[in-house]
Amino acid sequence: MIDKTVNQRAWFLVLPVVVLVAFNALIPLMTVVNYSVQETFGNNVFFFEGVKWFEQILNSERFHASLLRQLSFTGIILLIEIPLGVAIALSMPKKGPWVSVCLVLMALPLLIPWNVVGAMWNIFALPDIGLLGRMINGMGFDYNFTQQPLAAWFTTVLMDVWHWTSLVVLLAYAGLSSIPDAYYQAARIDGASAWSVFRFIQLPKLKRVLTIAILLRFMDSFMIYTEPFVLTGGGPGNTTTFLSIDLVKIALGQFDLGPAAAMSLIYFLIILVMSWIFYTLMMRNEEQ
Amino acid sequence: MAIELKEVTKTVGVDTHIYPTSIKLEEGRFNILLGTTLSGKTTLLRLMAGLERPTSGEIWFKGQNVTGMAVQKRKVAMVYQQFINYPNFSVYDNIASPLKVVRMPKKEIDARVQKVAELLKIQPMLRRMPAELSGGQQQRVALARALIKESDLVLLDEPLANLDYKLREELREELPKLFHDSGATVVYATTEPAEALLLGGYTATLHEGSFTQYGPTSSVYRDPKDLLSARVFSDPPINTAAISKRGDSFHYNETVSWKAKGKYASLPDGDYIVGFRPHHITLVPDNDEAVRVSGKVVVTEISGSESVIHMSVGGDTWVSLSHGIHPLKRGEAVELFVQTDHCFYFDANEQIIG
Repeated sequence: MIDKTVNQRAWFLVLPVVVLVAFNALIPLMTVVNYSVQETFGNNVFFFEGVKWFEQILNSERFHASLLRQLSFTGIILLIEIPLGVAIALSMPKKGPWVSVCLVLMALPLLIPWNVVGAMWNIFALPDIGLLGRMINGMGFDYNFTQQPLAAWFTTVLMDVWHWTSLVVLLAYAGLSSIPDAYYQAARIDGASAWSVFRFIQLPKLKRVLTIAILLRFMDSFMIYTEPFVLTGGGPGNTTTFLSIDLVKIALGQFDLGPAAAMSLIYFLIILVMSWIFYTLMMRNEEQ
Repeated sequence: MAIELKEVTKTVGVDTHIYPTSIKLEEGRFNILLGTTLSGKTTLLRLMAGLERPTSGEIWFKGQNVTGMAVQKRKVAMVYQQFINYPNFSVYDNIASPLKVVRMPKKEIDARVQKVAELLKIQPMLRRMPAELSGGQQQRVALARALIKESDLVLLDEPLANLDYKLREELREELPKLFHDSGATVVYATTEPAEALLLGGYTATLHEGSFTQYGPTSSVYRDPKDLLSARVFSDPPINTAAISKRGDSFHYNETVSWKAKGKYASLPDGDYIVGFRPHHITLVPDNDEAVRVSGKVVVTEISGSESVIHMSVGGDTWVSLSHGIHPLKRGEAVELFVQTDHCFYFDANEQIIG
């Protein structure tokens, strides 16, 4: 028999993580769970309500409308940003002094705080004094994002594309530069066309980074709050009231803590499940 | 003649990658480009393939000037150090890809794929994806893709460098035969002298963008034209020393001397360079021609049944490769025997004598 020293000291090593996760994830989450099953009155008086708030949220047309808007928004920006990002990454120089220039230019939008982005685009798109707004109106279109739902959507999407396509570009560019030059040579010797090179070499090799890009963009855009809040405030009417804006209205505007907590949890579960589906779908072939 | 380079050079910016180079490679031969990293092997292969245009000079292929011809119009195939296959094609489709590009009938493609897969012993894996194969199998797929094109010129850029030792041995044995049967002219780039010797064929030694020697592999090894060729084709590196000839003897460091024999007897007095490979300086004298030198051990590397002893003798550092295990300590005095009958003698311009 070998004498083994048994002690529990290893727990001290994981303790910081446990404490950290408890304070920044578990405890807040449990607070939300706590609110979601109770009616809250002043003076910290609570009544247990069961799943009433969940039923109410899931059956509310208002929630359905916000969810639909959220899904549409995320779908649109993914459809634009991912192909556009890959296209820009493909057209960027592979070596030489321009590489760093391009990378810095690409990284710039990512460095701007979200509320600044919203404020910038708000002023930029104003129909009377904004550069973009005046230009569009000057071209003969009737454009006013504070009054027309379509214009509001157009501006919000454009703003997000401007802000976040860079992330896709940077990820795709990193993925592209990790492909050994020998692949391109082999393709040239085979006489493969530029499209074949993209379809059969670059795209398969980009699969992993694109999975990450799609996941990041999905989660981020699904939680978007600050920029549309600053740009349109969720309007006109509630045409750009996405889930998080709606949630804040319920939680802090109406101070309906129970429904807001229930909605938070549903919101959280939707993101979790959809991310999992995305990931599983995109990684399916990898594991075969 | 399969391929001929006529005064080919390649410069990129201010860097010269290839100095004026001419070489003729006969059809159907297995040629080896031997040189260290950055000696220009890959650049030469890329020039031969047509992936790069020479800065000056001409490239002739089967009696035709192909200098500016696009790579896909030449019948060349290339295999790389990395295992290059289309990642989302099955092994079958990977091997078939060069034929699909030229729109060959399906039946013929199938027949050829089966034949090549059998040659390379990857028939059971035709349905799998490259990522599911071992490195050796992946490289076999890449070789199959090169073979199936029935190219006249096959370029192999260190194809075994990324493989495990065992797999490397296995493929190294098969390679010359595979391509010999196909009738293609092969150019094989490697950094390892031992690999060149095992592969046989013809070897061109390459140093800093110029050929130093070209000929049958064993004769390039046995009769180097100059010190540079001998250096390129020796691992561990060849030992050298400045010597002088006075009367009928060679003298080293005024302490060691040996008789100049045969064709060297008639050499005029003067300064020369002697070169001998590590296995010709040993701890035990091999025959009467051995000359004793004493030095100090710098470091000893022991590999199984051989010892590589680095030592300093006079102002020189030499490497000895001896049989058996000799765990000599650093700084220890050591006596070694140089087999003078296996020495190369070079003149002051590092050209071989005799």
